[in-house]
Amino acid sequence: MNRLKSLFQQKDKNILSVFCTAGFPELNSIIPVLEELQNNGVDLVEIGMPFSDPTADGPVIQYSNTIAINNGMMLKVLFEQLKDIRQRIQIPLVLMGYLNPALQYGFENFLRDAHACGIDGLIIPDLPMYEYETFFRQKMEKYDLQNIFLVTPQTAEDRIRKIDELTNAFIYIVSSNAITGGNTDIEQTQHTYFQRIKEMKLKNPTLIGFGIKDKKTFDTACEYANGAIIGTAFINAIDHSQNLKTDIAQFIQEIKPV
Amino acid sequence: MSKEQKYQVNEHGYYGQFGGAYIPEMLHPNIEALQQRYLDIIYEDGFQKEFLSLLKDYVGRPTPLYFAKRLSDHFKTQIYLKREDLCHTGAHKINNTVGQILLAKRLGKTRIIAETGAGQHGVATATVCALMNLPCVVYMGEVDIERQSPNVKRMQMLGAEVRPAKSGSRTLKDATNEAMRDWIANPVDTHYIIGSVVGPHPFPDMVARFQSVISEEIKKQLLEKTGKENPDFVVACVGGGSNAAGAFYNFLEHEEVKLVAVEAAGHGVYSGKSAATTQLGKIGVLHSSKTLFMQTEDGQVVEPHSISAGLDYPGIGPIHANLFDTKRAAFLSATDDEALQAVLLLARLEGIIPALESAHAIAVLDRIGAKTDDVVVLNLSGRGDKDLDTYIRELNL
Repeated sequence: MNRLKSLFQQKDKNILSVFCTAGFPELNSIIPVLEELQNNGVDLVEIGMPFSDPTADGPVIQYSNTIAINNGMMLKVLFEQLKDIRQRIQIPLVLMGYLNPALQYGFENFLRDAHACGIDGLIIPDLPMYEYETFFRQKMEKYDLQNIFLVTPQTAEDRIRKIDELTNAFIYIVSSNAITGGNTDIEQTQHTYFQRIKEMKLKNPTLIGFGIKDKKTFDTACEYANGAIIGTAFINAIDHSQNLKTDIAQFIQEIKPV
Repeated sequence: MSKEQKYQVNEHGYYGQFGGAYIPEMLHPNIEALQQRYLDIIYEDGFQKEFLSLLKDYVGRPTPLYFAKRLSDHFKTQIYLKREDLCHTGAHKINNTVGQILLAKRLGKTRIIAETGAGQHGVATATVCALMNLPCVVYMGEVDIERQSPNVKRMQMLGAEVRPAKSGSRTLKDATNEAMRDWIANPVDTHYIIGSVVGPHPFPDMVARFQSVISEEIKKQLLEKTGKENPDFVVACVGGGSNAAGAFYNFLEHEEVKLVAVEAAGHGVYSGKSAATTQLGKIGVLHSSKTLFMQTEDGQVVEPHSISAGLDYPGIGPIHANLFDTKRAAFLSATDDEALQAVLLLARLEGIIPALESAHAIAVLDRIGAKTDDVVVLNLSGRGDKDLDTYIRELNL
């Protein structure tokens, strides 16, 4: 069974998902990062595929993308690094990144290699619903890769329903009208929005991301959704890290003590 | 402005295999509203009346179609210059910003953002925002802020805030990224006036329609001057491609009219410092559109180079990618040096100092294959005032 499905069957609250750019801070960091995240009880990891022009991301994620590209990270290298990952990592893994590098790799080759590495799903922010249904859906389903859609405060209810029909993984609730890395606390309007989504009783689980940065924001998100996603704050925590093991343990334990 | 579709875009925004709207979900409501409403809004009688009146009395249209006798003698053909350089603010860019600001008002938007390369689109946007009393933020690459400083000051005089794009190559593509991020963060009150035929559908089609006034006028003016409304050649420079899209628009279905698009070859097409997209680019998805752009084998965007900030963009709009793919237009290129020499040539022969962008089109006039009695219309998209610092430096004036 797809690992995402079994995760959500076993667990329906306080799910912690962490995003980390592959190739950051060092070219070979992703393997130790995945191991430490799993050891510290993280439920799910989104592995960022770097892109030179990440338009939905803020400066921190863009910085990590630039460092990763300069380190020599590319899809070919990433799949080589992840080749035997399933011997060591059991939690679900999702690839997140922009469409173009996957297109240049050859989209079907990309799906084949992702599937071979044991990847469970894909988050491609610049792949909208029409293009997904028309050009991509069949191929993704062939390789058992779940497409994960984003929902924002502006997404209309009927569109959220349609997204809920189209996916079998989870729905990524973008917490506000913002790019990644927002630095404010969760505001009243966001509570109203989260509550509205919660009351829709979607068939898919929901995870809230964008602006989730510490225990307080994580706990708030978990009141409304099955869990939350931390990206920018994690990138900041491992930037220039001298000891990934202790830095990751400290960061995760502060958010979600075992 | 005719409602007839010229570039054959389908309902999802594809020109052949190019185009579409590869937008993040955050932009969906805005893009969907534009897709559903733009044609109804811009062809509504009241809109057309206001748009055409502003083009006439504010922009100064129609712009002249000028027979350039000495330039014609020099290149041994019949050259007509479409004088977009005489538009208010100094370039064709204002045709589009007048249209989009009227659209933004009808969409109920109260704040305007834009990206700019050379600063011409930024100035044109700041201008219409002053006219319509709307706050305006223009994103501009740090490198461009430096090399086009008079335009930065013009925008500020007009009341716009110029925000530097500090990531990547710090030029036009990065300014576009920053503008998209702003729109994601401000989806309700803000309209993003994209300055070229790039970005998600319907922007390429909408911008081409607003710029189509250029070729609409050329046809009428050429008929008056020569007795026939179709030239043998239309030549225009291409960065993203808005002036070319407008200049080609009403000639597309006339296969006998040869369309020539001129890209910036920088230090030379294969020098590693170039912006000649059709020569160096591959199909991919950038700035929410499937089009041709310069990229590495791994799909990372390659930072372009051109002396001309307005052509310093790694891609071309999907309309032009399709014209290239279907061979409807010929794509040539001119280097930095050739463009600079063309600036001097036009200055000395015709008393007109062109923008660096437009000079790229002049630079290829000896290689388009025009015969002595052929009629060549060259879209002189902008004037050279903004480039004076570069001219002083590069031409040792």
